[in-house]
Amino acid sequence: MSAWRRLPGKARSAAGLLTSTRVTERLWDPRAPSTCSQSLSTSGSSRNDYLKDLQAQLAGMRKKAADVLPSSSWTSLEINTGLPPKRVDIVIVGGGVVGWSIAYWLKKKEKVRGGVQVIVVERDPTYSQASTVLSAGGIRQQFSLPENIHLSLASADFMRNINEHLGVLNEEPVDLQFNHSGYLFLANEKVAHIMEENYNTQRLAGAKVSLLSPTQLKERFPWIDTDGVALASYGLENEGWFDPWTLLNAFKRKAISLGVTQFCGEVTGFKSITNVLTTVDDEKVGIKRIKSVKVQMPNSLQYQPVDCAIVVNAAGAFSGKLAEMLGIGLGPKDSFSGIPVPVEPRKRYVYVVHCPDGPGLDTPFLIDYSGVYFRREGLGGTYITGVSPEEGEEPDTSDLEVDHQFFQDKVWPKLASRVPAFEKLKVSSAWAGFYDYNTFDQNGIIGVHPLINNMYFATGFSGHGLQHSPAVGRAVAELILDGSFQTLDLNNFGFKRILEQEPMLERNIV
Amino acid sequence: MSASMAVLHRCCQRSALLVARRQWISSSASRPPLVSRLLLFLTQRFYDVEMLISWKSNFKRSQLQKKNAYYGFTESFYGKDIAAAYYILKLRGGFRFVGQSDWFRANRRGKFSWDFLQFKNTPLEEVDMSHTLVNYTGLTNLATQKQLRTLRLRGCPEIDDWFLARLHIFQDSLEELDISECPRITTGGLVALRNLKGLKLLNVSSLPRVSSPGLVIILLEEMLPQCQITAEGYNHSLRGADEEDMESRKSLNV
Repeated sequence: MSAWRRLPGKARSAAGLLTSTRVTERLWDPRAPSTCSQSLSTSGSSRNDYLKDLQAQLAGMRKKAADVLPSSSWTSLEINTGLPPKRVDIVIVGGGVVGWSIAYWLKKKEKVRGGVQVIVVERDPTYSQASTVLSAGGIRQQFSLPENIHLSLASADFMRNINEHLGVLNEEPVDLQFNHSGYLFLANEKVAHIMEENYNTQRLAGAKVSLLSPTQLKERFPWIDTDGVALASYGLENEGWFDPWTLLNAFKRKAISLGVTQFCGEVTGFKSITNVLTTVDDEKVGIKRIKSVKVQMPNSLQYQPVDCAIVVNAAGAFSGKLAEMLGIGLGPKDSFSGIPVPVEPRKRYVYVVHCPDGPGLDTPFLIDYSGVYFRREGLGGTYITGVSPEEGEEPDTSDLEVDHQFFQDKVWPKLASRVPAFEKLKVSSAWAGFYDYNTFDQNGIIGVHPLINNMYFATGFSGHGLQHSPAVGRAVAELILDGSFQTLDLNNFGFKRILEQEPMLERNIV
Repeated sequence: MSASMAVLHRCCQRSALLVARRQWISSSASRPPLVSRLLLFLTQRFYDVEMLISWKSNFKRSQLQKKNAYYGFTESFYGKDIAAAYYILKLRGGFRFVGQSDWFRANRRGKFSWDFLQFKNTPLEEVDMSHTLVNYTGLTNLATQKQLRTLRLRGCPEIDDWFLARLHIFQDSLEELDISECPRITTGGLVALRNLKGLKLLNVSSLPRVSSPGLVIILLEEMLPQCQITAEGYNHSLRGADEEDMESRKSLNV
């Protein structure tokens, strides 16, 4: 209201300005006779400028007045709408496919509309380093642990009915571009017995796999050089590859439609309280309970402490670092708090190659016993290939730069020896991504940490996170909302095995 | 205060809906009919309408699942072949037993004769389920037919890539497969036919969701060398070349 009152005051002072300039003009006139006419014209144009200025100021004042009226959304306080709310129920740290799958399943399983308030905090909305979008996108049931097979089968079931689960009204139906090409594992004589045992486990668990002898393999896939191959395992159904970005966006879209909100920020700390309990052996153990999560805004020192009941660690390759903020791994070496969460990023290269005479439409996702793998991409003779580096030669994980010499030295020779048509190929492009590598036993960690009461982990899948994400999301949601696993028993993937140092290794042939 | 208003506004914007939309897949050019637009308008504003629409689509889905349920009761009384036959007739398909020459079919109104009950323990040799609602779960009823030679699935709206992937159960016996005009099959599903090495006749005409059909058919022919592939109903002409021809003709006329 005072703005209106200020109006005539401004006009008066503006008029005063006008008179003052006129006075100065008259003072100037007798001293510069040559510029007499020019000075007259400049005073005219300066009057026009002044009028325009005045109009602009009047418009600005009108806008300010309209803002001050109650129906507008202007406030004098600078409000950053990117800040998460002050209190939520569940904070999911990490906006990858596992994080969004957990968010979707939490909202799907809540019994009351608005029962749990869930937010997902992701520090990089461009997903430039996220493992989800840099993945090769394959799904297979050929594991040796029954839990892994069941996870893959459940995830394939989910993807078959994906529109039933993740369809949103008035939006395009989800098209995962699933290629049902199957996985083909090749084993030499030394590991053929492992493959046979795995085949029996897989059949028992319900996976549709078949074993092929070298002659059958040559008949089926004439482009393979079966030298050294003793046995091959071929997936018949529910195996292949799909588009991870589509799956991520489908989960995200459906979760947001159910009421989950996404915030761009980085978790830089936690506030927790510690309850000190005494064990049977009269040792004192501190059990932490997270009270709030400190979410820092991107490129800013501004942060918001979010009070929460439960934190889900789905940060992928960076989950170990997140757990360190709570002191896991920083205690004395012989106690539980001295054992860190064994998840660290490991860089893997994927090379896109073009070979016009390569294998055709029925190329499976071939994984050789030497570790090299490749699959078809598209219909134009393009393939994606790579190999896991040796334990001692892990590349540096500070960035995602690709080492092309690695392809020449490690990938191409093995690839060309297995598929002779690949002797003539050209590398079109390459990318690198991180595995959330579980250094302990290369299998996922799902469950609560014994030293932190309310932090649920869903990480460490070492390359299988994407293919298990729907089933893992459901499992974690059951753990949080129902208290225990309901559909799949994943108790073997908990923290118990890490603290007791009993690894649950996959008996792979590679 | 306005911060909480902003959050509320954002929540209202984002409480979109739960029901899958199946009718309009990618034709955003044609506007949906008035009734659908009205329903959408109401659904975005009233929870009750949203709930009714989701009930309706859940009901439709459950009816489809009931039709494709496992005919275990029939199987326990009459054996698996009669159960498969009964399932096919209930879905208004047709079949032919091994060693017989007549087809058993349901008429347009779904009525069929019960003569097929005489042929106990005779497997099915040819099955025609064109324009029926058979889907992935329904295939369980046919999974026991190890001597199936012909499978016709022309114009089935519920057949998708996962159904084709499951056809590997017939990989030893299937010789003829017709999946033309099925609207949900894509290239990834055609890849799943890799397991049917005994296939002699394949009809993949008029599949609307297969992009670059010419290339896909050539690759299919390479993948299944013993198979004769019929693929009509595709427009193989290069549209760019056509337009250039039209323009050059116009400029010549001028």
